[in-house]
Amino acid sequence: MTTVPPEVSPLGLTLEAAPHAAAESTATRKKGLGIASWLAIAWLTIMVGSAALADVLPLKDPNAGVAPKRFAPFQSGGPILGADANGRDMLSRTIYGGRISLIIAVCSILVGLFIGGFLGLLAGYFRNWLGNILVGLFDILLAIPQLVLALSLVSVLKGDPNIPEGFHLPIILVLIIALGLVSIPILARITRASTLSWSQRDFVTAARAQGAGHGRILFREVLPNVAPAMFSITLLGMAIAIVAEGGLAILGVSVEPPQSTWGTMIATGKSELDGAPFILWIPIAAVFLTAVSLNYLGDVIRDRFDVRESAL
Amino acid sequence: MAGIGDAHLRAPGESLLRVENLVVEFPSGRGQKVHAVTDVNLDVLEGETLGLVGESGCGKSTTGKAIMQLPSPTSGRVLFGGQDLTDVKGEDLRTLRTQLQMIFQDPISSLNPRRRIEDIVAEGLNIWKTGTKSERADKVDKMLLTVGLDPKVVRGRRPHQFSGGQCQRISIARAVVTEPRLIVCDEPVSALDVSVQAQILNLLEDMKARYQLTMVFIAHDLAVVKNISDRVAVMYLGRLCEVGDPDLLYANPAHPYTAALLSAIPVADPTVKPDQRETLGGEIPSPLSPPSGCRFRTRCPRADDQCRNEVPVMAQVEGDHFVACHHPIAPGESIEGTVNLAGALAKALA
Amino acid sequence: MTDLTADPAEIVEPADPAVGEVLLQVTDLSTSFTSDRGTVRAVRDVSITLRRGRTLGVVGESGSGKSVLARSIMGLMPSNATRTGSVEFGGVEILNAPPKAMRKFWGEQMAMVFQDPMTALNPVLRVEQQITESLHEHLDLTKDQAHDTALALLTSVGIPEPARRLRMYPHEMSGGMRQRIMIAIALACGPKMLFADEPTTALDVTVQAQILDLLQALQRDRQMAMILVTHDLGVVAGRAHDIAVMYAGQIVEQASAEALFARVRHPYTEALLKSIPKLEMAKHTRLEAIGGRPPDLVDLPVGCKFAARCPYAQDRCREEEPELLPDPDDASHLVRCFFPVSVAASAALQATAPVAGEELA
Ligand SMILES: Nc1ncnc2c1ncn2[C@@H]1O[C@H](COP(=O)(O)OP(=O)(O)OP(=O)(O)O)[C@@H](O)[C@H]1O
Ligand SMILES: Nc1ncnc2c1ncn2[C@@H]1O[C@H](COP(=O)(O)OP(=O)(O)O)[C@@H](O)[C@H]1O
Ligand code: SF4
Ligand code: SF4
Ligand SMILES: [Mg+2]
Ligand SMILES: [Mg+2]
Repeated sequence: MTTVPPEVSPLGLTLEAAPHAAAESTATRKKGLGIASWLAIAWLTIMVGSAALADVLPLKDPNAGVAPKRFAPFQSGGPILGADANGRDMLSRTIYGGRISLIIAVCSILVGLFIGGFLGLLAGYFRNWLGNILVGLFDILLAIPQLVLALSLVSVLKGDPNIPEGFHLPIILVLIIALGLVSIPILARITRASTLSWSQRDFVTAARAQGAGHGRILFREVLPNVAPAMFSITLLGMAIAIVAEGGLAILGVSVEPPQSTWGTMIATGKSELDGAPFILWIPIAAVFLTAVSLNYLGDVIRDRFDVRESAL
Repeated sequence: MAGIGDAHLRAPGESLLRVENLVVEFPSGRGQKVHAVTDVNLDVLEGETLGLVGESGCGKSTTGKAIMQLPSPTSGRVLFGGQDLTDVKGEDLRTLRTQLQMIFQDPISSLNPRRRIEDIVAEGLNIWKTGTKSERADKVDKMLLTVGLDPKVVRGRRPHQFSGGQCQRISIARAVVTEPRLIVCDEPVSALDVSVQAQILNLLEDMKARYQLTMVFIAHDLAVVKNISDRVAVMYLGRLCEVGDPDLLYANPAHPYTAALLSAIPVADPTVKPDQRETLGGEIPSPLSPPSGCRFRTRCPRADDQCRNEVPVMAQVEGDHFVACHHPIAPGESIEGTVNLAGALAKALA
Repeated sequence: MTDLTADPAEIVEPADPAVGEVLLQVTDLSTSFTSDRGTVRAVRDVSITLRRGRTLGVVGESGSGKSVLARSIMGLMPSNATRTGSVEFGGVEILNAPPKAMRKFWGEQMAMVFQDPMTALNPVLRVEQQITESLHEHLDLTKDQAHDTALALLTSVGIPEPARRLRMYPHEMSGGMRQRIMIAIALACGPKMLFADEPTTALDVTVQAQILDLLQALQRDRQMAMILVTHDLGVVAGRAHDIAVMYAGQIVEQASAEALFARVRHPYTEALLKSIPKLEMAKHTRLEAIGGRPPDLVDLPVGCKFAARCPYAQDRCREEEPELLPDPDDASHLVRCFFPVSVAASAALQATAPVAGEELA
């Protein structure tokens, strides 16, 4: 060291301040985001922003006929993205539809993340009867085909329309709960795997030796290391939920008209494939681009938060 | 070695740590059990350093962790200051544990990569809310300074910015900051290269003197263990072979396994050709079904029927030097030809 | 077939005319990496000559450039690396050989054994597949021939029950076994030269001795040239013919093993030797650790790179960089130092150096 340290070690050691030379040279510092990440972020920002601000944006009424039926997109004098079979503005319908699709996807994955993530943490950390029971539970849930599970959950939650005095949850809530429950075992399994490997590290043993309780170890030592994997899988899960919502809509399980989601737009657009395919392709493109963006960002985030554990 | 008995233990009142009939077994599929530690007796006096040596997989770490009750042993007693730790549960154990600390082998795995150095070192103080916040911060700074790191620079950094030796210094700071009475060091220098190893060994000696520590020092390098220990225990496949003062034990290894370990140490002298020395052949048997009688008999050149049938019992050789072997090497006796891999392997390959 | 009790010195007398021929000639090899902190000068101006049947031990502390040197010679470089100088293997310049040509070299001409056999082996493939993979790539063997060759290889690296082991996965074996498998894979295509990069650092002493004995026996048997990289002078002392001590990317001392240990000239080598705990020392002997750490390879100090930690450093050392020059008394003993360790100091070091065997006998 060139500068004399003002303090001296009580043991008379030379103080080491600067990190190990090798430590910094091998560790590649974080680079800027690539163009693809920025495109993904831009797309998601536009989607989320327009969905959030749909009511204040100068959009046509998504449920009223405003143009000739099946008006083709990008023609002067009409809606920029054209009009559907009822003459409704496609742009406005895509944005309003996206709003519901995104709400369903985000909320259902948050349900899955909180419940599944928490159970996964417990299952990975307590490798005793509790862990075994949880793992068994996840396995059983994962063994049921997810579409079947989602459909049956929807039909149970929706209540019976023929019994008006029975309980009736709004369909959006039903979809959120159904997709959320389906995602619980998936998110739990991934969280558990990551927790398992981190909680076997010596620093966890060291924390126990210092008298740290289970809660402190789980939330201070383990969770921060597991969180990046959970976050990236959350984005991936949202992408899947958006697609899954579309799938359910095609099977006829979705919001009632005139409300729409990307899923219902795809479902109704199917019949226009011959005359006006854009009515189908526009919502498909919205789903596709959003899912790809989420997926890609999930990967980028995982890589960036993948801590360099050491210089060694 | 694979020995039993407690001839090597000192009077119960004298020791800070006394491990009696320690057994640790792990379940392993198909109803089998890993016999990681079998019937081990150990004691450590206040201020003493006990070196625990043996090949990888012989149960050194398991013994160290069982002392810490991480996890508690399958059976046996761990008396710490007269109190049996295996009887203490829950909150009481959590409180008692702070008096025992551990330093680990792998510098990467022993520090949480997501936390800052000041938080890592302060963890023990924060859990128990020792003193005010600023008192704790002061204590952490002093401790970092003591282990030779500049607190002003180091405090806010994360573990990946440090070399292996520096990570071990941080681990030492973390273990000592709560002022424990006993530290279990599990191969703290095995992952370091020789020059850093010397720095860390010196640091441990200094810390021990300064904080009146009692240590259990685990390693597989006999020269390292001799340097730091007051007493050495050699372990093989879950049992003790030989215990004693390192000066006596190294001068006259009585157990064939100790002799083999000693001859395996690389020597910085080109005139000593390694293959003129004896090295131990074969591999350590599986702890799932350890050999009967003396566990070392499958690799021991002196093994006979007695070794197969009877577990050797710890007996005194001289002063503070005990061995568990039916046919110990007498002082001055040559061990030539006893453990000769060179010959054995040459035969195998021929 | 393998005589483990032979003295390595015997092979200096070549029975086979091919033995002793220069196999590897490295001249002024430098390797640097571009990083966002600047240029990492990991290896600088290294020259090495290695003959068949000889072992060169490369010693130095962590980060001194030992692994980079070995990889630079083999041509196993990441994309951010730049190499200059010359590497001649069997008379052919290979420094700038295209990757395709190098692939032919790897395995057949030179092979490497890594420090950590667990990460170097593929965890999901059985041992047999991993060995035969390289056999299929380089030699035109039928399935049965490959199997027999693999069996013979395992036998030659001292693995008991080779047929059973071939069907195992790496994680089912101990560290020592895995390292033997690594060696078997490296030897599969009969390389002329073997790089062993800290082959025993992950192992404990008894297994270390076994593996080193094995490497030495195989090397003698096959008349390979070997570069044995380690941070422990004790490991190479009895096993290498020549030793190169590296510090901050340079060779600071190079000599035959006998000459080096008989007369240590460089202060760094001396410090390394002193820092090793020895069996002969009384318990609690204070070790003479080398204080501080090696310099930053991005921002190397002027003058001698060891000056900041050198007990003999003088003003000249901090201004001028010493060259690697022959020792006046022994032209084959190269030292990079203005004020080498005196003969007297070196002799004093010898007095404390372990004389093993004596103590054990
Ligand atoms: N791809 C790379 N990019 C940048 N720097 C590198 C790269 N590879 C190695 N280095 C640097 O080169 C230097 C020498 O590294 P090397 O791995 O050769 O050390 P070593 O002597 O083998 O150490 P060890 O004993 O730890 O294996 C180190 O400072 C390292 O950080
Ligand atoms: N949690 C565990 N489950 C099963 N076996 C274990 C466990 N921990 C250790 N073992 C086994 O116990 C034996 C002793 O291990 P260990 O104490 O780590 O050895 P050492 O520290 O001497 O290398 C080994 O065979 C090891 O595989
Ligand atoms: S002589 Fe017998 S008792 Fe002694 S170590 Fe050998 S096998 Fe064990
Ligand atoms: S040149 Fe000077 S500083 Fe460098 S090793 Fe020699 S004496 Fe030490
Ligand atoms: Mg261990
Ligand atoms: Mg290396």
